[in-house]
Amino acid sequence: MGLSQQIRSLTRYLPGPWFLVALGIALPSLLAVGVIVGSLFSPDTENWPHLFEFVLPRVLGNTFWLVVGVAALTTVIGTGLAWLTSICEFPGRGFFSWALLLPLAIPGYVLGFVAIGLLEYSGPVQGLIRDWLGSGTWFPSIRSRAGIIMVLSLTLYPYVYLVARSAFLTQGKRVLEVAQAAGYSRQQGFFKVALPMARPWIAGGVMLVMMETLADFGTVAVFNYDTLTTAIYHTWFGLFSVKAALQLASFLVLGVFIVLVIEQWLRSGSRYHQAKSPPGGRIDLIVRDRWLAAASCGLVLLTAFLLPFVQLVVWAWQDIIAGGLNLRFLGFAWRSVSLSMVAAGVIAVAALMLNYAMRLDAHPASKIAGRIATLGYALPGTVLAVGIFVPLVFINNQLQAALDFLFAADAPKLSLQAGLATMLIAYLVRFLAVAHQPVAANMLRITPSIDESVGVLGVSGWSLLRRVHFPMLKTGMLTAFALAFVDLMKEMPITLMTRPFGWETLAVRVYEMTSEGQWQRAALPACAIVLVGLIPVVILTRRAEEHVA
Amino acid sequence: MTRLFFASPLLLILCLSACGRPADTALVVYSARNEQLIKPVFDLYEKQTGVHVDFVTDKAEVLMQRLIAEGQQSPADLLITVDAGNLWYAAGQGMFQRVESSLLEANIPSHLRDRDNRWFGISVRARTIVYDPAVASRDELKDYMDLADPRWRGRLCLRTSKKVYNQSLVAMLIVQYGEERTEAAVAGWVKNLATDVFPDDTQLMRAILAGQCELGIVNSYYFGRLQKAEPDLPLALFWPDKANGGVHVNVAGAGVTRYAPHAEAAISFLEWLSGPAAQALFAGVDMEFPANPAVSPDPLVAAWGSFDASPIEVETAGEFQADAVRLMDRAGYH
Repeated sequence: MGLSQQIRSLTRYLPGPWFLVALGIALPSLLAVGVIVGSLFSPDTENWPHLFEFVLPRVLGNTFWLVVGVAALTTVIGTGLAWLTSICEFPGRGFFSWALLLPLAIPGYVLGFVAIGLLEYSGPVQGLIRDWLGSGTWFPSIRSRAGIIMVLSLTLYPYVYLVARSAFLTQGKRVLEVAQAAGYSRQQGFFKVALPMARPWIAGGVMLVMMETLADFGTVAVFNYDTLTTAIYHTWFGLFSVKAALQLASFLVLGVFIVLVIEQWLRSGSRYHQAKSPPGGRIDLIVRDRWLAAASCGLVLLTAFLLPFVQLVVWAWQDIIAGGLNLRFLGFAWRSVSLSMVAAGVIAVAALMLNYAMRLDAHPASKIAGRIATLGYALPGTVLAVGIFVPLVFINNQLQAALDFLFAADAPKLSLQAGLATMLIAYLVRFLAVAHQPVAANMLRITPSIDESVGVLGVSGWSLLRRVHFPMLKTGMLTAFALAFVDLMKEMPITLMTRPFGWETLAVRVYEMTSEGQWQRAALPACAIVLVGLIPVVILTRRAEEHVA
Repeated sequence: MTRLFFASPLLLILCLSACGRPADTALVVYSARNEQLIKPVFDLYEKQTGVHVDFVTDKAEVLMQRLIAEGQQSPADLLITVDAGNLWYAAGQGMFQRVESSLLEANIPSHLRDRDNRWFGISVRARTIVYDPAVASRDELKDYMDLADPRWRGRLCLRTSKKVYNQSLVAMLIVQYGEERTEAAVAGWVKNLATDVFPDDTQLMRAILAGQCELGIVNSYYFGRLQKAEPDLPLALFWPDKANGGVHVNVAGAGVTRYAPHAEAAISFLEWLSGPAAQALFAGVDMEFPANPAVSPDPLVAAWGSFDASPIEVETAGEFQADAVRLMDRAGYH
């Protein structure tokens, strides 16, 4: 074997140039995860025995049941509603098909607070029941495991709904007809054919839901339901041990990483290149089922969106009368919108590039880089904010030292850690997963055979991307942008930590009020977040609808 | 066109990284006290002295991590935070510098500031017992420890132990009564709970109003806010007397950071904060008590009557906070 051959066989095992792109996008994530996991090398011997004995057993059980419960319930709600609105015909279907995405704009802690406010002992519902039936009447407690699973599921199911719906829409009714021709009943057709075909998409949505559930702090705090995330803050804030807190967080990171790799591995066995079949009309339900379908859609929309939104408007109204809707407030709103737009754009483009890198370079190293880049979504926001902040400040201080050395007293003062670039990098680490999933789902549809056949026509490189891929990825990119935008509007910890002096956004306003329990006063900014967040959601669903119709 | 599409975010990042700290800053404050409570104070300062204050708000713990990470390069001159535990921790981690100011020493009583003058309490809040006089009589009430007594079974409401205010309260009890007795008392509280603990003090008082329980422990300003919104509020505050250890008080306070670029300006601001105008405003916006005893509180706050504050220095809460947290974990108070 000649030397050149040896080199060639060696380079076969090395990742290609696209790996560098994946690595570049994953780098900030890698640094943040590095800071967190690095804590494992200097163990905190003082607090671990206590955590093991009194904290972890309880929070791990809580976390497990919460994640499992929310994953199961969002799968049922999301997939069920997606099936109804994409394949069946019933009154209000057109309206529900986009309206059911609206809960995406309601932050989980808002729904939680409203639900508790209404259903608690001191709330109006129980008050009425006591008035009618006497004071001893038993009422299921809303501040319970079942309560928080319900609330989180109602705010997170749209992630599953969105992807499941697009999967069902592309399958169309024809799949079901084929199944029926093969002797399956309609029910069997759904469970044995349509659902398994949509599985990779649904799994992607559920994965997002599970990551967000793990990272959630706002909702669990409202319910006082202790999870691993709560324990991390408990250790950090209460026991003053940042080290032990980061160690707990690194276990969370490792756990999520393993789940992501397993998911990837399971999925790689089955590559779905489903050609887009014309939808071919919808199933007509019998009268009873028609109304049942409308009622279930209506119930979800009512509890997940209308009730909390109306409550927010009622509270916000008092603030508006008091002159809360002033120029300053509009300034916050504008900052939120412009910041979220820019960041969502950056994140969507990064998601596209990451997907290409993972597609064009099938080397495991690119895959792992891709997985690490999306880990941030499962980390508690404040922990992640610190994880990003620390390396950035380090870089800033090193640069400053170099400048001071070069220019002495004339050296310009750097403050990279509180600037827009830092905010964008941090947002990227946090929300890349949200944008990655829809783009990846779209990417599944571009079969290698498409590339080949277009390649025969002499189209390749950038023009392949522009003329063939981009039109096919447009919906995925738009979804990525919209999901990232909605999440960015709600984001608090990273914005708080990295914003330049004097910067206020709507989410920062919500933080200022809710952190001291002034929920009513947080209603106006929360309302604005919901309203602005709705715009991309509506555009998104309208477009998806046109696309199919 | 596609190339431009890909290049645009990179260009954007390059352009935006030029964004730095404001050029001619006079004073930079990191504040864990919320914007709506602190901005009026900065506005008044600017009006009176012409000095503009740049500030950011965040959770105390995050701001402290930020100071540690930024080290000598930190732009912050002053850290304002609530809870003596946080102030004690910041001082212990070397985040503050000593301030020699006879004015501050004269205005702020010694038990409300650091032993080495690294931080100063600016306003005082009491964490005490709130009760519904229609169902629980004043004569039944004694102090915090007594709430563990079986006669309160099913009558008590508490806020989560994750809130630092409860951690400071238990830390103070540890200093007064020792760990063993305190742990027994906390376990007794848990036994006496009428319902799961609440995420905030306002919800706790709502539960008392609805008749779910009869009494609880809250910060005085939450009571004040509710009273301001509903002047006929049928609840009352109870002050444990001196013989029973007095009332647990805590502070919102501030310290000049170790590497403050504008230390002089920060000290001047701190001195101004301890004076009459600032004290009335700082405490008044949140219905707290001014730390400077020469300044009288808001009339509504004054109407709650006077009380004997616990003689223990507030910073002790910080020293025993981690012990308090572990104790509450063991006692099943979540």
